[in-house]
Amino acid sequence: MAEYKWPEMSKRKVMGRPFTRLDGVEKAAGRARYNSDLNKPGMLHAVMVGCPHAHAKVHSIDVSAAESHPGVAAVRVMAPAGTEVQWAGYEVAAVAATTEIAARDAAAKIRIDYEVLPHIVNEADLKKVQSRAKAAGEQIEGDPDQAVKESGIVVSEGTYGIPTLQHSCLESHGNVVAWTPDNKVEFNPSTQSVTSIRADVARALNVPAANVHVHQDHIGGGFGSKFQPDRWGVESAQMSKTAGGKPVKVFLDRSMEQVIAGCRPSGFATVKMAAKKDGSITLWDSQSWASGGIGGGGSPPIPYVFTKIPNQRKLHSAISLNTAPIRAWRAPNHQQASYLTCAPMEDLAAKLSMDPLDLFLKNVQLTPRADTYERQLKKAAELADWKKLWKPRGSQTGSLRRGLGIGVNTWGGAGHDSTCRCNIHADGTVEVELGSQDLGTGTRTIISQVAAESLGLHLSDIKVKIGDTNYPPSGTSGGSTTVGGVSSSTRKATLNALDKLFGEVAGALGSQPDQLEAVDGKIQVKGTPSKSLTWKAACQKLGVKSISETGSNVPKEAAKEGLNTGGVGGVQIADVTVDMETGVAKMNRLIAVQDIGLVINPRTAESQVFGACIMSICGALMEERIMDDITGRMLNADMEYYKLAGIKDIGEIIVHIEIDEQNDKRGVIGLGEPPAVGGIAAISNAVSNAVGVRVPTVPMTPMHILNALNGRKS
Amino acid sequence: MQGIGVTGAVSPALLQEEAVAQSAAGVMGPGAVPVTLTLNGKVVKVTVEPRETLLDVLRNNLDVTGVKRVCDRGTCGACSVLVNGKVMYGCSILAIDVQGKQITTIEGFALTNGKPHPVVEAFVNNDAQQCGYCTPGFVVAAKAFLDHNPNPTSDQVKDGLGGNLCRCGTYMGVRKAVLEAARVMKGGSRG
Ligand code: FES
Ligand code: FES
Repeated sequence: MAEYKWPEMSKRKVMGRPFTRLDGVEKAAGRARYNSDLNKPGMLHAVMVGCPHAHAKVHSIDVSAAESHPGVAAVRVMAPAGTEVQWAGYEVAAVAATTEIAARDAAAKIRIDYEVLPHIVNEADLKKVQSRAKAAGEQIEGDPDQAVKESGIVVSEGTYGIPTLQHSCLESHGNVVAWTPDNKVEFNPSTQSVTSIRADVARALNVPAANVHVHQDHIGGGFGSKFQPDRWGVESAQMSKTAGGKPVKVFLDRSMEQVIAGCRPSGFATVKMAAKKDGSITLWDSQSWASGGIGGGGSPPIPYVFTKIPNQRKLHSAISLNTAPIRAWRAPNHQQASYLTCAPMEDLAAKLSMDPLDLFLKNVQLTPRADTYERQLKKAAELADWKKLWKPRGSQTGSLRRGLGIGVNTWGGAGHDSTCRCNIHADGTVEVELGSQDLGTGTRTIISQVAAESLGLHLSDIKVKIGDTNYPPSGTSGGSTTVGGVSSSTRKATLNALDKLFGEVAGALGSQPDQLEAVDGKIQVKGTPSKSLTWKAACQKLGVKSISETGSNVPKEAAKEGLNTGGVGGVQIADVTVDMETGVAKMNRLIAVQDIGLVINPRTAESQVFGACIMSICGALMEERIMDDITGRMLNADMEYYKLAGIKDIGEIIVHIEIDEQNDKRGVIGLGEPPAVGGIAAISNAVSNAVGVRVPTVPMTPMHILNALNGRKS
Repeated sequence: MQGIGVTGAVSPALLQEEAVAQSAAGVMGPGAVPVTLTLNGKVVKVTVEPRETLLDVLRNNLDVTGVKRVCDRGTCGACSVLVNGKVMYGCSILAIDVQGKQITTIEGFALTNGKPHPVVEAFVNNDAQQCGYCTPGFVVAAKAFLDHNPNPTSDQVKDGLGGNLCRCGTYMGVRKAVLEAARVMKGGSRG
């Protein structure tokens, strides 16, 4: 029985090294085929018609003109007469035709009559949406009423808001699907979950799962929004069936993508905090609200990280709006919680005339991992040159003012359910197969690093095969659990296969299987390079056989094995300059200090943190969904007014990942999400520090900043 | 301050001049018409409607899919192509308007007999990609930028690549990659 633990940090040869990603050339050279790039023989193109009203009842729908449009192969009514539509953009009908242009022209001929009903699409003012609010019930810890009366305490109160954001994946949601007359379904989606989407498709189409084959080589961004086959996946399959099994391609156009294919809940709160003069926090009292669309939803875990504040009162309401439903977002609810906690803390520090760094440090005992946050706050402050650059709020003059601010994060991670199969062939070829997916995080690369490490081979000796339901099942890529899951299953499968190989060659080496090791492309008697076979020669002993072994990561047992665990913390410090006349906030630097377990590839790990920081900059300075009260529609369902940062907008990003023996011993954890959490809080705190007042509403756009400076409500 | 807009991409004046030149060919459409394109050095013929963008014709009719459709209205640069050596947004040009022009897509230069172009290589070396959906557009824009600015400063790189967006946040890598490619293309070393 193989022992699965990771080799010691200092002894690793392939893991822990910054290899460039395996699919790098293919992608950068434009050769990588995403499923949105597929052009299959006879393929039809589908488009959908969305409801233009935020709340309406479908009265009648007439598709006859669309059906007789040249080139049309199938028309589906997705919301038949009588359907009550609860958000603008809701899919009402779909058309598949021989060309995209024919499908669009035909879709324009569909006649739909609606009875327009009243809608509510904005929730920033709680008083105006009381009719849509559902309170979750008061939660109390300690004695908040008494805490606020204690003598000598300083109380700070404010209202804060963070908007709904759209995932804005560059590859829109969609798929190519063929449902052929033999009742087989070939499904090529853009998905974060190759394995589980098969079952979802099978269920939705009432086809045996064994008849559904899913394949995806690459995905152009998901960020939590691409787990389900979606209504368009199901309808396009139906249209394929109608068309006799021709493949149907449906990928949302940009405006639909921005409106219905994924958004994150908003978060608002009025927060009262109190502390003793020395900065010890004694009270958290919040009334919060959030919307995740018609179903309410969105409940930020506040107070965030500083969970042990002794006296707390929390009252949260979920607001139902006539807007498209939320989807999971890279660290669901955490950015909101981090902002709604760290912003009031910064304001409390200002009220106490205290350096916020000192306030955060003073209260690390209120967090579940005091040592981690203390170490990280100090490290981030050192990298930011905090002591030299930080100035008290409101102490600056002049039109360009520089500010620093802090945000914190925490996340679980660990590894999802994953099975890997490792095949060793007599010619020495090694395949590792997993029904997983590489979201651009470098999953392929880390899988081959683990396999090569286990087998004593080079990266180029391993053939990694992922993205297909013919390979063993792996979990969804969500919750930063992929690297933990696939690295552990790959480790186990490769060691199991190696064990088998040892059994085959031990005789030839005049030794016992448990006396062998795989190092530097050889199978040798432990510590005796003179008694060895090259990898190729060893595999030749297999004759007509080949080895095929699996290994699984089982989340419940993973901690015992020590291959992966969960639970991290991180700190971000932002450094911004604000122009007091124009209200423009500019990034100087964003510093990210992140605790993470064993790092398999420091290069792709660093890229993850860069990306997470940049996403935070977008969210802090630019992005927001803007809903029109009158029409109920999203006003910026595109990419010019729904703003993302460009290469010039991000300043410098300084990443410090805590790679060391102590962290390494914890096993693999997962890094996609935690560093995407604290940046928004850090940047908004830096802006407030610079301009001298709280800018309560994210994003820190010129409008919000000038409003705050002029005492206007936005 | 935001790197968003049409910086470094389609020049409206250029397109206008070209539209005037085109009108000599007479009015076309509304149905499908024969269109002849010079694509990556080869002459290709398609029959498409005059209203179809170069991007859609490349992707849907010619199976040239290194150009991506993302914003579809001149904001993101994922559809970047070279027209007579200038970088343009394929989503914002009609296919009929670029007949007679040299059209180069990522497929036209990224690999020569399997060997990556220095810009491609630099993108890989500096991990200037994650999901990779924006990446071919960045590589095309970076190549064109370096063809016209062989000795860029890092500030010029930030301006020159301002017409491309990435959701995964690969800009730190892109900055380094473009500077590295500039060095390598002049015969210098990577580091
Ligand atoms: S798709 Fe052309 S610029 Fe975005
Ligand atoms: S790498 Fe994913 S959008 Fe740029």
